[in-house]
Amino acid sequence: MIEAQELSKVFSGTRKMPEIQAVRGVSFRCESGQIYGLLGTNGAGKTTTLRLLATILYPTSGTARVAGYDIVDDPEKVRARVGFLSTATALYRRLTAREMVEYFGRLNGLDGERLKQAVDGLFTALEMHDFAKRSCEDLSTGMKQKVSIARTLVHDPEVMIFDEPTLGLDVMTSRVIVNFIRQCRDRGKTVIFSTHVMSEVEKLCDRIGIIHNGRLLAEGALAELRGRYPGSDLEDIFVHVVGGDTV
Amino acid sequence: MSVRNIGVVYRKEVTDLLRDRRTIVSMVVIPLLMFPVLAIGIGYLASEAMGTAQKEIPVVMISDGMDSPRLLAMLQTDDEFHFEPAQPDYVAQISDKKVRASVEVPRGFDAAQENGTPEKIYIDYFEGDVNSSLAANKLEKFFDKLRDKTVKRRLEAHQIPANILEPFTVEQKNVAPPEKVAGATLGGMVPYFVILLCFTGAMYPAMDLTAGEKERGTLETLLSSPVSRTDIVLGKFLTVFSASVTSALLAVASMGVSFTYGQKFFNVSDSGSETDMRSAAMPHLQIGLHAVLAVLLMALPLSMLFSAVLLAISLFAKSYREAQTYVTPLTFLIVVPAVVSMLPGTELTARTALIPILSTSLVSKELVSGIYHWGYIGMIFGASCVYAVAAIAVAIVLFNREEVLFRI
Repeated sequence: MIEAQELSKVFSGTRKMPEIQAVRGVSFRCESGQIYGLLGTNGAGKTTTLRLLATILYPTSGTARVAGYDIVDDPEKVRARVGFLSTATALYRRLTAREMVEYFGRLNGLDGERLKQAVDGLFTALEMHDFAKRSCEDLSTGMKQKVSIARTLVHDPEVMIFDEPTLGLDVMTSRVIVNFIRQCRDRGKTVIFSTHVMSEVEKLCDRIGIIHNGRLLAEGALAELRGRYPGSDLEDIFVHVVGGDTV
Repeated sequence: MSVRNIGVVYRKEVTDLLRDRRTIVSMVVIPLLMFPVLAIGIGYLASEAMGTAQKEIPVVMISDGMDSPRLLAMLQTDDEFHFEPAQPDYVAQISDKKVRASVEVPRGFDAAQENGTPEKIYIDYFEGDVNSSLAANKLEKFFDKLRDKTVKRRLEAHQIPANILEPFTVEQKNVAPPEKVAGATLGGMVPYFVILLCFTGAMYPAMDLTAGEKERGTLETLLSSPVSRTDIVLGKFLTVFSASVTSALLAVASMGVSFTYGQKFFNVSDSGSETDMRSAAMPHLQIGLHAVLAVLLMALPLSMLFSAVLLAISLFAKSYREAQTYVTPLTFLIVVPAVVSMLPGTELTARTALIPILSTSLVSKELVSGIYHWGYIGMIFGASCVYAVAAIAVAIVLFNREEVLFRI
């Protein structure tokens, strides 16, 4: 489960850059076995929110509980229970696919037979045995994405955080990701993901949060949002929530 | 802090680095090849050049001397020289290296020798040209011998024993053991290279493991793992430190082999005076293994300091290129104190013992000469360790600051 309470993040300015209030008092809940979609334009604060939940960044104020642990007080325990995948989480190009997944297994405390079982299981489930011994730099985008998925799953986390997981991928690879997200939910994991692709949200999400300028402006199941705002299409709702066609 | 996690990070980083050609070049190839190329290459070229110059029979001109047939005959029958008839532009010919030197014989030289009038012979040569200088030296030797013969003949004519001109002889005798001579002459060089390679060996891995990771987008992947940032930075630090030490070790090993092999090679290659000439061009390096190990031991905390400083600086950079701009000028900071320590008169004192790099360089110079000032050794080792730990602490603090990790 994820429970964000008044999460805020301010990036202090420099001589060249003004201060940025990336996330402003965001609160929401995402239950186990549910997919929560964070919808927003570029620069809306999606990535920062997810990085805060994954404890890669520390909040300026507010906090969140992820899988039962506080992100401020127990960041390492949170990370041990989270699988984080984003466009910024690349692979070590000089490691083989198998070494990459094994490394993250070890970083998550797995060793010996347990590590072997976990990695073997994932390589079978994701059909990765063929390229297990190839360097990550020699893999196709689809293969790389599979390695990344295996990397996030190797410690069987309770919570999955995906930051724009289908960005820049072709239709086939995107489908692999979408199916994988669905499987995560079916196995009872808590899933949160950010995107600006409306169709993905409509297909996948149990709950939707619309974020704009760092604020969570609307939140609820798709049906609830439809009832609350004019238009049946998610895109119409989104445009309405973020302030109309002037955006 | 978890030793297991530091070990996991360390193992991965070492595997990753060893697969990179750039690391292999900076950590293995350069330290291994530097000395054979420097020592054997330059030594060989220098000795070859000297050998060729020595073997050459110089072309020499004699100006005047037509009225001294005895001297001319002696000169022309000497197979150390090849004489050519004098030409008025002999100065130009020496400058153009067509002729190595020329002898200006004063008028009536033979006659003056008979009646005992002192005369002066000039040898013209081109200063700075090795071949010309060697020819001039040979000519001077020839005339020295001739003068000695003349003196001997005159003394005999007056029935005076020849040794009257030499009531006693003087000779310099070296009492310093060979390793102390090495310490004074070449001793400064060994620590200099050890320090330099500790630095250059750490340079590339430090940049690759921090700025390189940022650039390739793997840093965020790593930070999403539950391992603490302190463990990550310590694992990375140990990797850089290992690279630094490996680089220095390989350099020392290669230096030992180069000099040992180089000396043997030059000593057996030829005989006679030429061997002395050749082995003089090849530096003698008789430093005991224990001294080299002591230098390496003293370099360890310095290597730690370099690794931590390089890691902290490169972590701040956004890209590999930016890291290079910060790190490259640092090389001068390393070279300057190391060179200063080699200058005569820079001594180990309580004050210099606290200056990092310089102190290690100075104490290493002493170690190589077989001098063990335990007080200073302890003080320098301790001070270097303190600096190193402080630098590691700074690196850990920086690694925990998100404005450094995610600099825009």
